[in-house]
Amino acid sequence: MSEKVLMKGNEAIAEAALKAGCKHYFGYPITPQTEIAAYMAKRMPKIGGTFLQAESEIAAINMVYGVSSAGKRVMTSSSSPGISLKSEGLSYLAGADLPALVVNVQRGGPGLGGIQPSQSDYFQATKGGGHGDFRMIVLAPASVSEMAHLTVKGFDLADKYRMTAMILADGTLGQMMEPVSMDFDVKETYEKPWATDGTKGKREKNVVNSLFLDPQTLEDKVFERYERYKKIEENETLYENYLMNDAEICIVAFGISARVSKNAIDEARKMGVKVGMIRPITLWPFPKKPFKDAVTKVKKIITVEMSMGQMIEDVKLASECKVPVELCNRTGGMIPTPEQVLQAILKANK
Amino acid sequence: MKRIVFISGHYGSGKTNFAVNLALNFALDNKKVKLADLDIVNPYFRSKDSEKLLAESGIELIVSDFANSNLDIPALPQKMYSIVDEKDCNFIVDVGGDERGALALGRISSQINENDYDMFLVVNFYRPLTSTEKDVIQIKNEIENACGLKFTGIVNNSNLGAETTQEDILSTIPKIQNLSEQLKLPVVMTCVKEDLYNGLKDKIENIFPLKLQKLF
Repeated sequence: MSEKVLMKGNEAIAEAALKAGCKHYFGYPITPQTEIAAYMAKRMPKIGGTFLQAESEIAAINMVYGVSSAGKRVMTSSSSPGISLKSEGLSYLAGADLPALVVNVQRGGPGLGGIQPSQSDYFQATKGGGHGDFRMIVLAPASVSEMAHLTVKGFDLADKYRMTAMILADGTLGQMMEPVSMDFDVKETYEKPWATDGTKGKREKNVVNSLFLDPQTLEDKVFERYERYKKIEENETLYENYLMNDAEICIVAFGISARVSKNAIDEARKMGVKVGMIRPITLWPFPKKPFKDAVTKVKKIITVEMSMGQMIEDVKLASECKVPVELCNRTGGMIPTPEQVLQAILKANK
Repeated sequence: MKRIVFISGHYGSGKTNFAVNLALNFALDNKKVKLADLDIVNPYFRSKDSEKLLAESGIELIVSDFANSNLDIPALPQKMYSIVDEKDCNFIVDVGGDERGALALGRISSQINENDYDMFLVVNFYRPLTSTEKDVIQIKNEIENACGLKFTGIVNNSNLGAETTQEDILSTIPKIQNLSEQLKLPVVMTCVKEDLYNGLKDKIENIFPLKLQKLF
């Protein structure tokens, strides 16, 4: 039998988390990510781990805080309204420098919105995950296979930099099924000398905390954190260039929008239009480097987003507004069609 | 095949796609057929996506008004009792995955005559939680306990989506036969995507070609 299995994106995240050594999952059901919790509920008891359906999203993220303090790999998952509920906990995790993996399988908003796929939590994930000065590493998969691989990567980055890594997926990626191979390398385990895992009478006690009585201490903490963020921006940025070598029009899209855009680009290429794509894989840190080259060659940039245009602001910053940037979008749970993207390309090519 | 065909099985085994294809096949034989969607589990990728295709073949889709909407509740269709009442019509019934989905059948199971139905266990050995005969048998028992009906056959729908090769299918044949012997249930069909049909039709009994919906 082939080593591949057929999985939903949500299941791929859950299985990859287990492969990455995560033995603690806390969550609360919400469509379209509930398969992650359901999968964990079935698998965790079999490997001696903990699956716990908390009484709320807020409780779940605070349980994550607890396990992370003790130095263990831990995760939670939710969808848009549930992530809003977790945002207080995300800020506390940042304030206490705790590693965690948080998955957002986005649905339409604002408010209760709907259950269909969306990308309208881009601002929330990349700029406003909670109060205070902090960042989260934001990873945007575009296939079921990437759902798995970026989950493992997310755990590694979270441990390496002592912070939250977020998988920013959407309902379609969560629900769609594709073949995926689960045999990948899991990185070394990270030393966690700060963990509250018992002194065993051999060291001073560790304290995990986000409250600092002296403002100078708090400022020093934040400065130190931002030094780490700078290293992440320098070393951990990920993106894919698709047919960019001779491109005159540049699509920028992530996640499922990038899948749709690829189909449109292939169609446009058949019609002789020189179009390519920059696909950011890390949304924070946003990949600025490919734009330095792109702005010298392309005449127009089009962002394809399932929101009212949120990433477009980062694209304008990264391209320093040297070429016009336009938006091709759907929102509220609707997905752009390849035809819609193709029309936007053809219009830009006129 | 009996008048009513219940399509049940584990979560993500391909029940909906199989049910749609089977209904289209019934229609080709000029049988009066309706497709009833009793899925109370899945929010996306439902029979509703194929409503137009089914209508073009004269197949009525019986489905909750809230399928593919933003109302996130496990609703059953108002017309579900026509499965019991409309004795002159064939029904393909798409049941939600696992025992949770099969629970919806409990509503009508006491009114189903045992000579009047088939219930097929759809199996995909490439799904992570049902990769062995033992896993499938456990889910089969859970489904029967939840819905109060017994399976009458097995459908081998082992596949890796669009990437499936001939060898991927052939390698599941000994497993499905072993499952069939253990459960004392016949393998009524082995599904293959259309482009593999010609290469496999002489090698597999009761082979059934499936149209796949292309997603992205």
